[in-house]
Amino acid sequence: MSSFPVRKAKICAPARTTHACATGLIAVLLLTFAPIPSRSQASGGPSVVQPGAPGEPTKTLPNDTHATLPPISRADVDFMQGMIMHHSQAVEMTALIQSHTENKNVRAMGAKISSSQADEIRMMQRWLAARGQATSMEMPGMPGMDMGGKAMAPMPGMLTPDQMTALKHATGTEFDRLFLSGMIQHHGGALVMVKDLFNSAGAGQDAEIFDFATDVDNSQRAEIKIMQKYLEELH
Amino acid sequence: MNSTRSLTLPLAAMAAVLFFPSQSNAQEQKPGPDAAAQPAPQAQEKPKEEGDPFAPQPAPPLPPGMTGSDTKDPRASLKPGMYDAGEIARGMKHVAHIKKPDAFQLQATSSDDPSVQKVLGQLGIGAVEKMPKALQLVIAQLAFANSDFAFQGTHLFQGNFYGVNIYDISNPAKASLLTSMVCPGGQGDVSVYGNLMFMSVEMPNGRVDCGADGFPPEPAPESGKEKEKRLPVPQKDRFRGVRVFDISDIKKPKQVAAVQTCRGSHTHTLVLDPNDKENVYIYVSGTSFVRQSEELAGCSGEGPEKDPNTALFRIDVIKVPVAHPDQAAIVSHPRVFIDPRSGVVNGLNNGGSHGKGEEKPRDTDQCHDITVYSAIGLAAGACSGNGLLLDIKDPVNPKRVDAVNDPNYSYWHSASFSNDGTKVVFTDEWGGGLGARCRANDPNKWGADAIFNLKDDKLTFANYYKLPAAQGDTENCVAHNGSLIPVPGRDIEVQAWYQGGVSVMDFTDPAHPQEIAYFDRGPIDPKMLVLGGDWSAYWYNGAIYGSEIARGLDVFELTATDLLSQNEIDAAKAVQVKELNVQNQQKLEWPSKLVVAKAYVDQLERSQALPADQIASLRKGIRDAEKSHLKEKQVAKLRAMTEKLAANASSAKPADATRLQALAEILKHPVA
Repeated sequence: MSSFPVRKAKICAPARTTHACATGLIAVLLLTFAPIPSRSQASGGPSVVQPGAPGEPTKTLPNDTHATLPPISRADVDFMQGMIMHHSQAVEMTALIQSHTENKNVRAMGAKISSSQADEIRMMQRWLAARGQATSMEMPGMPGMDMGGKAMAPMPGMLTPDQMTALKHATGTEFDRLFLSGMIQHHGGALVMVKDLFNSAGAGQDAEIFDFATDVDNSQRAEIKIMQKYLEELH
Repeated sequence: MNSTRSLTLPLAAMAAVLFFPSQSNAQEQKPGPDAAAQPAPQAQEKPKEEGDPFAPQPAPPLPPGMTGSDTKDPRASLKPGMYDAGEIARGMKHVAHIKKPDAFQLQATSSDDPSVQKVLGQLGIGAVEKMPKALQLVIAQLAFANSDFAFQGTHLFQGNFYGVNIYDISNPAKASLLTSMVCPGGQGDVSVYGNLMFMSVEMPNGRVDCGADGFPPEPAPESGKEKEKRLPVPQKDRFRGVRVFDISDIKKPKQVAAVQTCRGSHTHTLVLDPNDKENVYIYVSGTSFVRQSEELAGCSGEGPEKDPNTALFRIDVIKVPVAHPDQAAIVSHPRVFIDPRSGVVNGLNNGGSHGKGEEKPRDTDQCHDITVYSAIGLAAGACSGNGLLLDIKDPVNPKRVDAVNDPNYSYWHSASFSNDGTKVVFTDEWGGGLGARCRANDPNKWGADAIFNLKDDKLTFANYYKLPAAQGDTENCVAHNGSLIPVPGRDIEVQAWYQGGVSVMDFTDPAHPQEIAYFDRGPIDPKMLVLGGDWSAYWYNGAIYGSEIARGLDVFELTATDLLSQNEIDAAKAVQVKELNVQNQQKLEWPSKLVVAKAYVDQLERSQALPADQIASLRKGIRDAEKSHLKEKQVAKLRAMTEKLAANASSAKPADATRLQALAEILKHPVA
């Protein structure tokens, strides 16, 4: 076991096969219990079946079969933690709108992004907490990661401190331009994060993270297009 | 007080305690400041604190010029609970509820295990026999979520992220489970045709053999190679696409084909070609990532500039020979987003730049759901950034004839036609269904239906419709799946709004949609958003079925109100179909029965299209004819009334004119 002060569970193979690497996942814990012995299936009652591959026979399962979960991966957890940080900056950017511009398009888009992403931050925090994971990455390193206590590198597309400063000091059309181009850059980074997630072995098998990441990709892609149009209209 | 309430707060603390339950003693004795830092505050009754990841945040203020939902509606303040939530209904009655089968839920785990006992003790939960339901739900909210429906005869097919459940609904109020079919891999969109059942699979855990264990994560990287990019190992056993089952034995479906696609299948649509009885077609909408070509040859997720054969910017069409379903295969990849002038495949934008000079290639690159209406040769595609109208007279090669967009729309999600094909209702699934988006401060133009007029293959926006009642901040809520209710003379849709419940909307006048019935439950949990609510709400042969994500299957009946009469309900029940796959829309035809005539008379009275004495004499004539069992003498009297109706029609408003003509036709030739 690691000698680091561990705050983040490591991810294991399905726990039914191993107690040795039990983790913070409640789900995994649940699956470690021996099943209650099966009753024989009553004829006439509902059937529980599991088909095979095409052409293969369908198995009849015991009536007291319960569901199991696919594993979650390290990449899933990293994605959620990173996206919380990423979303937080978007919310921070939209908070400037009220005092920095009167542009109706920017205001409406900002309100939608703020509302959507604040809500999604809660969703990601719930997802992590329910699985025994820390909700932020700002922490000392963990086993096998070369982070040495340093703050995490910014997520793709996040605005640099200089960009944020410039945004804070701009008003009117200049603010609109910086906000829209900055948010397009920011959203573009989210698309990269989703792509990386699904390019990671074993990732995205959890239904919620799959749906969430897919929705991030779809909705932010659409918002980028709308913001590009608004940006063109400024010129 | 329901049990979930008291369990919410300790949950995060429990999660914290469960870190490394098999850690060394040293670790247990010294939890350390770090280990307690994050989730600990919840255990101390501070739910609203910043640090509580479960406490919902209220919606931000409404943007200027926007209106939210009604907080005074009784649906806004229902008692929370999993199975004991407060319920309220208007114009409909909840007649049955069936919980999700055990095979589709995590085990209500025995707490005999000493480590569980210890954790529960630390949480102060005390002696409990089973792992509380609330905990299971939080862990696996979507993994076992109920999803869409299909219907055939007396069977209801309920999709689920874990497979399909099949119910006997010969008596809807006593619906009973026949079969639980385990086969995970995504939301499990389902349709049926004869002996065949089709099912969508999109998630990376989908396996060809329906296995539930998915694929193992990669082993930990070697020391010093942590930062190296590692692509997923191609898995020959992975399945993303459309499965085909033989359901001739309803209690033992057998997989006969599994057609792999590059993006998997988020939804699919059964398409019947009126000119081809040998085959059925499946339109596959993929919304997820494109997998590697190493896993499925020919798959490319590049932009069209780099790879003209990209799997983006298209739908897939599968042909299924009815006599040989094992030969099901992809036959085309229609480029429905193409710019017909330039030929670029990414020719559709979603930014609303119609008529603004040079159109640049943009990238709406997917459809979420397609509703086909073969009777009029059209399909409505809800395609991410756009609503599409497709000509499907050649079902293998659908062609786009119109596309619309809307800056208030986040995600074009689903569509339904009015029965006469003059309107299309689109939905916007803002937030993907995971968020609370019907709060008082969520604008009623966001996450709403958008109703369009359809004429000469052109869509024109008419108005929005959103669930009028405000919902709580722990209730996921946004526009979702619905179907037409076959009330003659009106356009009525029943629709699911997740934890917003079920809303029945009249869009006969598309500029003024109106709610005429509803059902709603309180949130699953008062303090945190636990996913639930109705995924789909569909009318099928006289009853409304709700697919409740977490709670199971609900059955409803319509009840008469001033907005919908018993005759109108009975007329809707007179329409019986053999199969219902909602996205394969069938033309509704009403029998020439007097109950249908009575529905029209009620409507003409409500709209004041006819004077009271004429209404009264029509009702008397119909009653006499019914009593006489359609004796010729009484029917002749009805026939005599139709001339006047024709005259009424010539000066009536369009909707009433249609009703008057339809009424006259029935009165001329009524059947028993």
